[in-house]
Order: sequence, then C-alpha cells, then structure tokens
Amino acid sequence: MAAGFKTVEPLEYYRKFLKQNCRPDGRELSEFRTTTINVGSITTADGSALVKLGNCTVMCGIKAEFTNPPIDAPNKGYIVPNVDLTPLCSSRFRPGPPGEEAQVASQFIADVIDNSQIIQKEDLCIAKGKLAWVLHCDLICLDYDGNLLDACVIALVAALRNVRLPSVQISEDTGLAQVQLSSKSPLNILKSPVSTSFAVFDDTYIIVDPTDEEETLATGLLSIVTDEDGKLCTMRKPGGSALSPERLQDCISRAVSRHKEVQTLLDEVLLSVKTQ
Amino acid sequence: MMEVAEEPGLREIGCEHSLLSRPDGSATFVQGDTSVLAGVYGPAEIKVSREMHDKATIEVMVRPKVGLPAIQDKNHEQLIRETCESVILGTLHPRTSITIVLQVINDGGSILSCFLNAACMAMMDAGLPMNAMFCGVTCALDDDGQLIIDPNTKDQKESRTVLTFAIESSEKKVLTISSRGAYSPAEVSISLYQSCL
Repeated sequence: MAAGFKTVEPLEYYRKFLKQNCRPDGRELSEFRTTTINVGSITTADGSALVKLGNCTVMCGIKAEFTNPPIDAPNKGYIVPNVDLTPLCSSRFRPGPPGEEAQVASQFIADVIDNSQIIQKEDLCIAKGKLAWVLHCDLICLDYDGNLLDACVIALVAALRNVRLPSVQISEDTGLAQVQLSSKSPLNILKSPVSTSFAVFDDTYIIVDPTDEEETLATGLLSIVTDEDGKLCTMRKPGGSALSPERLQDCISRAVSRHKEVQTLLDEVLLSVKTQ
Repeated sequence: MMEVAEEPGLREIGCEHSLLSRPDGSATFVQGDTSVLAGVYGPAEIKVSREMHDKATIEVMVRPKVGLPAIQDKNHEQLIRETCESVILGTLHPRTSITIVLQVINDGGSILSCFLNAACMAMMDAGLPMNAMFCGVTCALDDDGQLIIDPNTKDQKESRTVLTFAIESSEKKVLTISSRGAYSPAEVSISLYQSCL
C-alpha cells in the first residue's frame, strides 16, 4: 500500500514524513547519511580516496605530471579538477562529452580549491619558469544518490592529503629533471574545506544531505562550504525556494558543526593509514 | 529609449525594452561599463523528448562576447535558469519551452548580476507570468571588510570576496547565491542587508 502511494504521489508521501520530522529512510531532518572514507584505494595513483555518503559513491584519483608553469605566474603549478558523471552511476547520464551537471560540478570544485586556498600553488613549482607539477584530480561518481558535491569535496580533500610526490632535482650540467622515487613527501595542505548541502521542501522544511529522490522532489538546493576557521569558502544556491537571511544563518551554523564531524573522521582515517 | 537611473555609490544603471523584433521579449541592461542584451522566446513549441507534462521547460543560453561558451558560462546558465524557474509560473504553460538568450555586450565587472537583471527585464517585456520579480546584486569585500556594491572589474580583482545574490521583490528573500573568496558568516548578513536596500 505504502509503495503504491509513493509511486502515485511521491511529494505527498514525503510531506507525511516531514510533518513528523523524519524521512522515509529513518533519518531526522538534520541528520547525515553514514559517511565512509577510504584513502589510498588506487595504488597506481599519486593520491586517491573513495568516499561514500550512504549510497552515493565518489572516487577521487590524483595524478601528478610535469608541465611548464603558466607564463603569467612562473612560480606556480596547476590543479585541474574534473568531475565525471558516467552512465554507470545513474540512468540520467549518457555517454559522450560532459553534460551540464558535470561541468557545473567541476566548476564548483575548482571554485572551492581557489577560494579556500587549500594548497599554495607556489608549492607545486619545481624550478621557476621551467618545471612545475600539474595535479589532475579526477572525481568519478560510481553511484549517484544525491548530494554529489559534498561527496566530491570530501573525496578531493582526502585524496589531496594522501598525495605523496617524489622529490625532483634538476641536474646542473644536463638541465634534466631527476626523479627520486625513494623519497616521497606529502603536500602542504593548508585548509580542509567541507561542503554541506541542504534541500528545501515546500519553502518550509530544510533537510540536510538529500538523496537523489529528495533532490528531484525538493523546491530548492543550497551548498555551503566552510573551512576550519568557520569561514565560508563557497556558497551556492541555484534559484529555487527563496530563503530569509535568518534561515540562511541557521544553515551556516549547521555547516560549521558538520565541518567538525567530517574533520574528525578524516583525521582518524588518515592517521590509521599512516600507522599501518 | 534608454531609462537611466543614478544612485549614490552605484554605477549608472540603465535599461531599454523591446529592442529586437524577433524575440517575444527583449531588453538590454547596463550597469556602468557592463552591458547585457537579453531575448526571450516563449512559451513556444518544444521537441517531444524535452517537454514536461506539468510545466514549461526553461532554457538559458549565455553567449560570451567572443568565442564559444566556457565552463564558467555553463555555471552561470544553470544559476540563471534555476532563478528564473523559481519565479516563472511555468505550470500555466505546460509542454512548452521558454528560451532566454543572454548576450554579453561588454563585461566591466558584476556580470552575473547584470545577466540576472537583463533576464528579468526581458521576461517582463515578454509578458511571462511571474510570481515575483528579482534583481541581481553583486558586492565585493576588500581586505578591511569595506563593502562595495556593484563593483567594476578593477574592484573585483582587488577584493578578497565577491558575492552575488538574487533577491525576489515580494518578500525580499534570497533566491540565488554565488560567491568567490573566503568570508565570515557575519559578512554575509551585512552584504545581504546592504543588497536588500
């Protein structure tokens, strides 16, 4: 009976739950799905992480390559994020060039990297004007179940903290770069931004960490990225239900508390990898 | 005839309706050196594959001054589309398409807010049913926390944070937020308050 009701009137079905301050999957309105982080999952990558938010699964692999530094900033390297929404993760994505959602997600990740100053791009320079690292951060969604942006940001930060770059020396007589694979060092990660996403239902209920189903039914979405100092790095609200400034502040304080949860989890995971 | 308004502290803003004959509604919006031309087609016929049975399909196209649309333009397209979707009463025109085309004429800073304003003006010119109007406001915060509303390219480059809001007219609530740079929650509320004025 309930299944039939859900198929015919999905929105009404949700409203019944929201009135009781809970959701069909048993969560409260401000409760996140179980967050799982696994770092170093891909041994052939320079840094990698697998993040699951409930069913939503995002894999991040980071590949470091040599490149020439940009001409206008000879002492900097590059970070190139790319979000891939493959046909595997959901029936709504087709093979071929990235669709709008993938492009918007890539831009969002690029904005987070720039705004939060997660690493100094100067650290990626090996020889000024001659050689620098480019970090290709490939984020691949394996299972699309809503809240892609949060999962992507956690995966990115976890993978960046997992990166080990070999030391490079430029020999003076030949001018060629020599890579010493034996001595690897981590990146200097300055900030660890965490994204928190909200969905607005019927202009009244605000729920965190929406699933795919909730995202399609919701009337508005909001993503807030915070860093450890409680500063906001990126806020993105693409239209939808209008929010009053007071409710926005409530969302911001929830985002700050979520940052602490994720931060503790990340630290634990990375520590357990090191001690192994 | 271009209507021009001047407010203290803001760049000169101007708007002209119905410049183009082909679209159902068109407008140009000027904020200082920034200028955007918008055209609205619709409600019009749509391909069966893209039609939605309960509301109109809204499409936004952003054309840069030169070259093809880049990823940043796609990002703007999505923000503008979602903003327009939330004010247009799309349920009145199910199984139709509404296309909004935004052409950059000159980018002198605050381009996203200019896009939003031009889109809203063109939608009004097209006579689309809307439950509210909206306006786009860009503010920049410099290192001392000084707020500049409607910054030009130079102000934007020198500032530490740039925030863009879309605020709807009926209850002065926030429809859209987009931001660059790091800032504190208090600064958001100040910027919002200033933008509402």
